[in-house]
Amino acid sequence: MFRRLEGVRVPVEICVNGQNVQASDGDSVAAALLVLGIATFRHTPKTGSPRAAYCGMGVCFDCLVTIDGEPNRQACLTPIAPGMTIDTGTRLPQLSETASI
Amino acid sequence: MSHSCDLFIVGAGPAGMSAAIIAARAGLSVVVADEGGAPGGQIYRGVQGGTLAALGADYHEGRALADAFIASSARYLPRSAVFMIESQHTGGFDIGVSCQGQATLWQSARVLIATGALERPFPIPGWTLPGVMTAGAAQTLLKSSAIVPHGPTILAGSGPLLLLLAAQYRRLGVPIAALLDTTPGGQWRAALPHLPGFLASAYFGKGLALLRELAGSVKIMRGVTALAAIGNETLNAVDYTADGQTHRLPAATLLLHQGVVPQVNLAMAAGVEHRWNARRLAFEPVLDADGRSNIADLFIAGDTGGIGGAAAAARQGQIAALAMLGANAEEPRAALKAALRGRAFLDALYRPALQFRLPADDVIVCRCEEVTAGDIRALAHRGTTGPNQAKVFTRAGMGPCQGRGCALTVCELIAAERGQSPQTTGHMRVRNPVKPIALGEMASLTRSAAPQSD
Repeated sequence: MFRRLEGVRVPVEICVNGQNVQASDGDSVAAALLVLGIATFRHTPKTGSPRAAYCGMGVCFDCLVTIDGEPNRQACLTPIAPGMTIDTGTRLPQLSETASI
Repeated sequence: MSHSCDLFIVGAGPAGMSAAIIAARAGLSVVVADEGGAPGGQIYRGVQGGTLAALGADYHEGRALADAFIASSARYLPRSAVFMIESQHTGGFDIGVSCQGQATLWQSARVLIATGALERPFPIPGWTLPGVMTAGAAQTLLKSSAIVPHGPTILAGSGPLLLLLAAQYRRLGVPIAALLDTTPGGQWRAALPHLPGFLASAYFGKGLALLRELAGSVKIMRGVTALAAIGNETLNAVDYTADGQTHRLPAATLLLHQGVVPQVNLAMAAGVEHRWNARRLAFEPVLDADGRSNIADLFIAGDTGGIGGAAAAARQGQIAALAMLGANAEEPRAALKAALRGRAFLDALYRPALQFRLPADDVIVCRCEEVTAGDIRALAHRGTTGPNQAKVFTRAGMGPCQGRGCALTVCELIAAERGQSPQTTGHMRVRNPVKPIALGEMASLTRSAAPQSD
């Protein structure tokens, strides 16, 4: 979990997983999610294991989330914007669900 | 629209900004692309808006450089990822830049790569769990958003950055449950021959002050020989072994660090020759004293060329720019020598322990494709000679990070299993585009822009 030292500077309304919430202008999506208490950003396609921001500088691609409908955006490199919608926890369909197709 | 310049610089950290200021002042048209939203790189991230005194004087010194860079005539492209650099037969380079879903092709006579460093991989059990991140990531949250961990926080690993972060947290009243120091106990002996240089360097006084500041205020466990992050959906504890005993500490955040290594992908894909540095345990580009690579008019400065820290990076940026201009670089050369003093001591003292570079079989080494150390070792036993074959068989290094998080580990694992040097084993082949970009972006590029598939 993370917290702000200085409180919200300039509030910005965003929508995270269907909930309207407040973030602070200048935050990256990753920073905003961590302060909101969202620990898990996504699940891996291979084993479904949980992931969140790891390197914080655009290298590791573990912080991928869906932003404004576009999947696999890097939360640590994307600044928040008013009205932005962010969805976390993406899971791919399991192989067993699609294997019979 | 024409996108051409005399000098294209990748990275707006101390090296890139310093080079840009000199080249722009001399009348070159300079473009600087950087993935960040503001100048400074990782070391001076957010420095122009930074107000936290707790970050220390070294950090705030970056402000003047960032201001001078913004005031220069260099064109700055923030939030822009360079995904390829390609030499043209006729001389000069094509540079592919992706900015907010829009790809652009730049032409430049010269290129300076100053993409800095990234954290050395720190593969331990559970290191993929949410709640585990690099010390660098935590420091980035602090610098750019004044965000700090909340709940039991453990710092683990080795090196000056870990101590600096602990001190910054202490000044801000952020509690640290423990600092688990993985520096192997006997390494001061290997560092001893380099002691005179260290004593004469700025690092000595700063290091001493940091240790004095932390003594008594942060619980430091030395001689940690094993680490594991424990949890199911998120981190809830850290196991560590010291003096042969394993202990468990509750934890909400685990911050890992065992040094940084050069970001090699862009330069490697551009064809720059790299060699294994056995002292620094990393691949580094082969450069002359000006930062010139084996490719004409392609220069490298700062940590990308070998870890030297921010002060050295700024000097290397100046030297490279002056070399391009054919100007005298005596002053920055002398300053570079002073800035690098003490590094050999730190490299030897904080050489990361073998067991944290070559983990047990069940530990994931490639985070993207979830490939374990055991997978790589098994392949090495069956005759795999290097990381490129390992990539084909296991997909290690084929995920979106393109091997940035596992290339060193895979190389060292294969080298150790086969009893050959990392230099012989080699780095996995890196190809353009070195950043994932959308197909539509690629298609929108004109000229001979499509990166060659080789």
